Amino acid sequence: MIVGTILKITGPVVVAQGMRGARMYDIVRVGREGLMGEVIRLEGDLATIQVYEDTSGLTVGDIAESTEGPLMIELGPGLLSSIYDGVQRPLPLIAEQSGDFIERGTVAAALDHERLWDFTPVIQVGQSAGPGDVVGTIPEGETIIHKVMVPPGVSGIVAMVAAEGSYTVDQIMAKLEDGSEIKMSQWWPVRQGRPYVRKLDPTHPFTTGMRILDTFFPVALGGNAIIPGGFGTGKTVTQQSLAKWAAVDIIVYVGCGERGNEMTEVLTEFPELEDPGTGAPLMERTVLVANTSNMPVAAREASIYVGATLSEFYRDMGYNVAMMADSTSRWGEALREVSGRLEEMPGEEGYPAYLATRLASFYERSGRVQTLGSDERVGSVTMVGAVSPAGGDMSEPMTQNSLRVTGAFWALDTSLAHRRHFPAISWTKSYTLYGSQIRSWYEENVAPDWQDLRDRAMFILQKETELQEIVQLVGPDALPESEKVILEVARMLREDFLQQFAFDDIDAYCPPMKAYVMLKVILAFYDSAVAALNRGVSLRQLLETPIRDRIAGMKTTPHDEAIENLPGYAEQLAEEIAGIEVY
Amino acid sequence: MGIETTIQKVETRLPLVSTDYRTISYVTGPLLFVNNVHGVAYNEMVSIKMPDGARRTGQVLEISGDIAVIQVFEGTQGVDVHATEIRFLEEVAKIDVSPDLLGRVLNGTGVPIDGGAPIIPEARLDITGAPINPYSREKPADFIETGISAIDGLNTLVRGQKLPIFSGSGLPANELAAQVIRQSKVKSGEEFAIVFGAMGITHREASYFMSQFEKTGALERVVFFQNLADDPTVERLLTPKCALTVAEYLAFEKDMQVLVVLSDMTNYCEALREVSTAREEVPGRRGFPGYMYTDLAMIYERAGRIKGKKGSVTQLPILSMPDDDITHPIPDLTGYITEGQIVLSRSLHRRGIFPPIDALPCLSRLMNLGIGDGKTREDHRAVANQLYAAYAQGRDLRKLVAIVGEEALSDTDRRYLRFADDFETRIVGQGEEGRSIEETLDISWDLMSGLPINELKRVRDFISKYHPNPEPEGEL
Repeated sequence: MIVGTILKITGPVVVAQGMRGARMYDIVRVGREGLMGEVIRLEGDLATIQVYEDTSGLTVGDIAESTEGPLMIELGPGLLSSIYDGVQRPLPLIAEQSGDFIERGTVAAALDHERLWDFTPVIQVGQSAGPGDVVGTIPEGETIIHKVMVPPGVSGIVAMVAAEGSYTVDQIMAKLEDGSEIKMSQWWPVRQGRPYVRKLDPTHPFTTGMRILDTFFPVALGGNAIIPGGFGTGKTVTQQSLAKWAAVDIIVYVGCGERGNEMTEVLTEFPELEDPGTGAPLMERTVLVANTSNMPVAAREASIYVGATLSEFYRDMGYNVAMMADSTSRWGEALREVSGRLEEMPGEEGYPAYLATRLASFYERSGRVQTLGSDERVGSVTMVGAVSPAGGDMSEPMTQNSLRVTGAFWALDTSLAHRRHFPAISWTKSYTLYGSQIRSWYEENVAPDWQDLRDRAMFILQKETELQEIVQLVGPDALPESEKVILEVARMLREDFLQQFAFDDIDAYCPPMKAYVMLKVILAFYDSAVAALNRGVSLRQLLETPIRDRIAGMKTTPHDEAIENLPGYAEQLAEEIAGIEVY
Repeated sequence: MGIETTIQKVETRLPLVSTDYRTISYVTGPLLFVNNVHGVAYNEMVSIKMPDGARRTGQVLEISGDIAVIQVFEGTQGVDVHATEIRFLEEVAKIDVSPDLLGRVLNGTGVPIDGGAPIIPEARLDITGAPINPYSREKPADFIETGISAIDGLNTLVRGQKLPIFSGSGLPANELAAQVIRQSKVKSGEEFAIVFGAMGITHREASYFMSQFEKTGALERVVFFQNLADDPTVERLLTPKCALTVAEYLAFEKDMQVLVVLSDMTNYCEALREVSTAREEVPGRRGFPGYMYTDLAMIYERAGRIKGKKGSVTQLPILSMPDDDITHPIPDLTGYITEGQIVLSRSLHRRGIFPPIDALPCLSRLMNLGIGDGKTREDHRAVANQLYAAYAQGRDLRKLVAIVGEEALSDTDRRYLRFADDFETRIVGQGEEGRSIEETLDISWDLMSGLPINELKRVRDFISKYHPNPEPEGEL
């Protein structure tokens, strides 16, 4: 056992001596309260430790005891609908033990070790089993089937399998001939990605229910995206909408250095909301990791990895998982803070020089993969990271380094937010690299002319940006009618299509099919309007028709009704406009 | 076997022999370096006996081997390396609390300075506080009526929220804060208290607040922490923590609704920078330390409500944006932690509009939790959205007018322009009067009736009920 003594304390960073034999990233218990920390630098027999809890009251000479293992988390049934802190301690249990305020040195098991789970064996004695093979299944909640898997690195002939029945997570579900025991739960070091067979191409869309994202800037399952935006632009609301409505099986939501009240909102809302896919409470497919901004900074650094490991665990069962990290900037700042305490040479804006490497290795943990296991399951982890650029300036290192390793950029625009255009995602700055890969999915599953409509709508919006510059100089009256109609249609696209009200019962979620028919109606209006103008009808006449109101009402029309009626309405509207008399 | 589930409680160390050290080796800025110390704890409080016998307080910032770094709250003037004695107090910073604190004036570290009776403490609490377990938090829900239209109508303050006022030098943030304190209402039967943490404010400002409190009889429900501009800078670092500890005590032990006003957070951050620089730490943006986000979060996050408790802590911090720059690290980091912001505008102030609240960059993130049917009025959200959209459009048109002149505009556009002007003078510029939320909404409808009805897309569902003239106008 490695036991040293504390030599130096500065904020969350502690140096202990007599730690010869300690390894990098081993977990150390510090002081009489046994505060949890992690070795981040070794120098002779000195170990520098970042402590996950407040270090007030620690004394030089207090002991530091290495657990001789890295930060591991416990993976097994019962993770779903839990809420953990940054190092996987369940917050409800902490509240039970230490009251409404979080005390230091609390130890709490991540999974409930008393609870019985209904196990159904899948594998049989005498079969050969390798990493990832399913030993048995457990219903975890109403819809998710939890798979007890052979952990990586274990293989052999099955010597024993537990019979169907109820067991706790600590019980042995199977034994191999070489004596290896397979328990219902397993431990995994968070900083190490879980293995898989190979990565697959991202060809399926990650449907979000947000029109601007699904239509213009879609991400593939297994892809990754960042949402940068200054404060008040709606990062958190967007992240929460994604967590609510995204068409995936499991959501891992990491509140990293953000507001306590926001986590409370998630905690109170999710149990009441229904999963649009299955109808089960949303909470049953969600794992929350909450490290609010006033909780210790080192645990904030770890929370991102805890989230990634949880995601990979469910991915390995063959599920599509989405991980939301709100906000990755706080994680970067935690790195910066610890790096500063280590007196490392700072890189850009004080961030450590290894920021880009860390970011890249984190985002690369996303992906659509063929998992371990002989049944060739396919699972995916899609990552969406919020970025909070200092001063809203996107040239800062966190945004720029994230951009280099992620596939989609959903830029939030302060000026849109100020005029209450939500989601305030800029259609001029955002981009996606997945468009060509998932285009064929949309053409097969939504409509063959999907790409065509999308391109035309985008063209109108781009054209509007150009025209606005002219209007700024010479006023709107100087434009010809044919360009004024572009401004009008662009306004419809902005107000009646792109704007989506996250708090409206119907509009909060929009299936891709509805987005498609809505777009079809607006573009039908544009085509007919252009034709009518050519006949000599004035724009004013067109705008006086009730069509504009009808278009504005589309987003709050119930989905089924809209999908059924709107294509017909597109034709009807064309006839109506064709019938307007010239005067 | 799982992990054993235990809480480890530590017994307080008993003071055995308290040693006085005379081993100061180095003094710089507000910091002392003391050699050959043993058993010193991180963040421990320190008593310093000056050569002339006077006492000062300090706190351990860093320990390295047998060297302790101490920040002295009252400054290091007069400290020498021979005669000055250091005693470690074997406890972290604490404050005595009691309901009797209401109506009292204290210095920045919680010592009464109003000449009144000493406070008999009911409890002695660690001022750093512990983070509220997110699981134990209650969602903020109740509307706080501040009587100010630009806040109530457009950026509603909700109990348990932290909503800063971003001001600039010379802007009337303190007057606005005083007006909020004066007019804020809670439901009858609930006890309401204000904890005011003044950091580095001038005598003039302090006496302005005192006279406001006295004039309105508010003083008896105020706990006033006063660290003036000429008080020791480092003492400021304790002021917000003391104020919030008292606030938490009143809210969660005594069931009171507590509003904490902290002014001016910029002075606090500068004190933080001063200490950081003296410690020769690697500076972050504009010389502020890299841990400023965490430090500010430890203050702001202490707002909130707790399940099963009646009280609440709501924060209204005030900060000055240096050079009116909202991207300066202080407002920037604050904005990322708080739940919205109220921004004051110099151009409105120059035009004599009070309170000069610039509605566009303002935001209250928790607004939706506190408004609507049963809380304020059913049309509140829609009206706020419509006002915002119309005002933003009017402001855009102003830029256009500057180039092409008003004649080039359509009739609708001209109405938007007029709307923007009226919005600033009538809704924002209410002056000293207090308005109920119904009054605010009614004035808003009155203003909106100046726009063509088919432009009022966001309030469509309420036009028939609230629009003063709900019939569509004929051809103009």
